[in-house]
Amino acid sequence: MTLSKEARRTIVAYLFLSPALLFLLVFTFYPTIWGILLSFFDYNMLRTLDDGTLAPPVFVGVSNFERIFRDPYFYIALKNSLLYLLVVPVIQLLSIGLAMAVNRPMRLITFFRASYYVPVITSIVVVGISWKWLFRSDGLINVLLQKTPLLHGSVGWLTDRNIALFSVMFVTLWQGLGYYMVLYLAGLQSIPAEYEEAARLDGASPFRVFAKITLPLLKPTVALCSIISCISALKVFGEIYVMTEGGPEYSTLTLVYYIFGKAFNEFQMGYASALAAVLAVFVGRGKNYDRQSDALYRYCR
Amino acid sequence: MGLSAMALFLTGPFVWLLITSLKTGGNIFQLASFSDFLPSLCMQHFGPVSVPFPCFDNFISTLRDVPLIPRFFGNTVWICLWGVLGELLIASLAAYPLARLEFPGKTIIFTALLATMMIPAQANMIVNFVTIRKLGLFDSYAAIVLPSMVTVFGIFLLRQAYLVIPGELEDAARIDGCSELAIWYRIMLPLVRPALATLAIFTFVSYWNTFMWPLVVLKHEAKYPLAVGLSHLANMFSSNFRVVAAGSVLSMIPVIVLFLCMQKQFIKGITAGAVK
Repeated sequence: MTLSKEARRTIVAYLFLSPALLFLLVFTFYPTIWGILLSFFDYNMLRTLDDGTLAPPVFVGVSNFERIFRDPYFYIALKNSLLYLLVVPVIQLLSIGLAMAVNRPMRLITFFRASYYVPVITSIVVVGISWKWLFRSDGLINVLLQKTPLLHGSVGWLTDRNIALFSVMFVTLWQGLGYYMVLYLAGLQSIPAEYEEAARLDGASPFRVFAKITLPLLKPTVALCSIISCISALKVFGEIYVMTEGGPEYSTLTLVYYIFGKAFNEFQMGYASALAAVLAVFVGRGKNYDRQSDALYRYCR
Repeated sequence: MGLSAMALFLTGPFVWLLITSLKTGGNIFQLASFSDFLPSLCMQHFGPVSVPFPCFDNFISTLRDVPLIPRFFGNTVWICLWGVLGELLIASLAAYPLARLEFPGKTIIFTALLATMMIPAQANMIVNFVTIRKLGLFDSYAAIVLPSMVTVFGIFLLRQAYLVIPGELEDAARIDGCSELAIWYRIMLPLVRPALATLAIFTFVSYWNTFMWPLVVLKHEAKYPLAVGLSHLANMFSSNFRVVAAGSVLSMIPVIVLFLCMQKQFIKGITAGAVK
């Protein structure tokens, strides 16, 4: 049997693609579709039938979504997740500053850049454990603050329900700085040096050069970094699991942490799927602005 | 000056972790006198000379007396090995036709891959957990690796690399009667080696630090990778701070060494396509 050249090429192309398509079909496309459907089912994986097998999902219409809007913990988690977005503008400001500080030829500059990147490549668990110890009532931060006139007692960084969320946000910010610094550094280096030089020769102050030239040209990078950090702020999990477990008094309960508990502690898969669908709407809003960048793919996987 | 302060701010917690891991005796949270802020010193013998030197006792006793820690290391290496091999092989296969061949359905596949970006991976975890249970893979290493065996990021990264290869090479090989598989393996793959290195590093680091998914699909602590294992040890009621600190420091070493050796590829990977 002879096949046309085109047919042969098509077969070859699909043979190359088939392993990837198989994995993506089973673990990416199928869970997305079934996840949406599952949010209309009651599916408790702890419930068994009389013969001991797992009870199948039961269709319940939109009642999972009705339940979400009556669920006080959902509102707490939503509020905390939205508050978490405060990290986004702060991290942009700080990492732009940091990128500008290291964007110059200098001895040891590679060393500094590398040291800023260490938190990024470190597991969130090690980061969380380190900061959890630093934040203890008898931890280094309180001890050092007590040596200054600022503080006499000790601050419950992770145990005071008015402070805990901000402490966790601080750790997220601290870990992410180096990552955004690298992105902003690349952005800064793509700006031709002549622009800033010309402005400076014309007598523009450093601030005006920054505000009128650097920042406008950095806009695409700012947009990209804001989207990436919005998405990762909405998806924050490790920090909370390691440092506070959502407490004290649900003050650090975020959407992803709440979904995790519903799905993998209580095994209410239908309700968790409905919550995840609500989260996906929020995350999807962010991603719509994306310009299909590889950095985003990496971050979102 | 400011740069040094920033370096201290961003590495200080790890320095403190290292100091903690080098402390012997006493309460590691007792910070009354100045010496409490320093690692303990032991007399170490270097040939005939004995000098005070930081004690590595915690590291030695951690590796010797807490068999779980070497176990976590082994598990992590095993997971990384399969994860990286799978990603490199499957992504480099899939990216080739997307970059270099014309075939019906290409646009649809391309769009579908792009669309996966819209889905937060955490939303897929719920159904993936059900799938893993049904496949009978719960509490296995395969459960950790299979769902991320290939990533759209990897496919797109390598597609970019294949795209810039000049077409003449391929045409010449085709005229010489090379099969598509041979063209891919003998001509294309060697030319995308830098991109493969970048992808390998990124995949390695993300598996080395993987936390949430293994937490979901593993049950027995003997199977935990480092991140899950360390958080498990740190959360135990009778948690031994010295062991957790020493284990955490040890767990950081491979990634930091890799980063220092391959800094260029790291930066290339982060910024690939981020600035247009």
